Amino acid sequence: MTEQITVPTVQRSVTVAAPVAKAFQVFTRSFTTWWPADYHIGEAEYAEAVMEGRTGGRWYERGVDGSECDWGRVLTWDPPNRVVLAWHINGEWQFDPDPARASEVEVTFTAEDDGRTRVDLEHRLFERHGEQAESVMKSVSEGGGWGDILQRYADAVSAS
Amino acid sequence: MIFELLARRPQSVGELAAELPVSRPAVSQHLRVLKDARLVVDRPVGTRRVYQLNPEGVAALRAYLDTIWDHALTAFQKAVEAAPFEEETDD
Repeated sequence: MTEQITVPTVQRSVTVAAPVAKAFQVFTRSFTTWWPADYHIGEAEYAEAVMEGRTGGRWYERGVDGSECDWGRVLTWDPPNRVVLAWHINGEWQFDPDPARASEVEVTFTAEDDGRTRVDLEHRLFERHGEQAESVMKSVSEGGGWGDILQRYADAVSAS
Repeated sequence: MIFELLARRPQSVGELAAELPVSRPAVSQHLRVLKDARLVVDRPVGTRRVYQLNPEGVAALRAYLDTIWDHALTAFQKAVEAAPFEEETDD
């Protein structure tokens, strides 16, 4: 028998004290102001991350030396309510240009009655990363990688 | 659902069946599919087999990204509420 394998999506929601337009603008145009700088994949020291405001736009980081490293693509650009991103970072934490091996991140911005905005994020289609994902834990469990990054991040948060 | 239960802790077929509105054979069949896809692995514990998420599989990638988005959205919330805001114009 064949059965479709799907990995459960990651779903996160947050409600922010800001109107929809502002929430969308900060999420997209001001991405660098909130994205944890430790979460980057380029070899150069991280300077900023850019999400181009158009369908088909690039989503990438720029290093302090000016070099660029792609993360993904903008699949749907529908301001100020919705943006869908393709996550092209493979199991070796490198950009994989093949859309068939990219997962998706959908973010929606919904006005609440009290003037706040509910932001719902869904990261889905992990199965597209397939066996590519398997090397992730190997590299991490051997030291370095995102395991250490996450630990340093947790330390910084708890110290602040 | 089985996947999510195993994300909480490793469990045997019997433990999973007790938590789900499906038969034990149905749980076993689903586990076999997950195992073939290398999403879960199993190991013997006494006379039982205990299943857990494959720590080297796509499940692990998902778990990492779950943590990353949790941190990122918390930071996003702070940034939005601290940021000045001017309506954008397309000039």
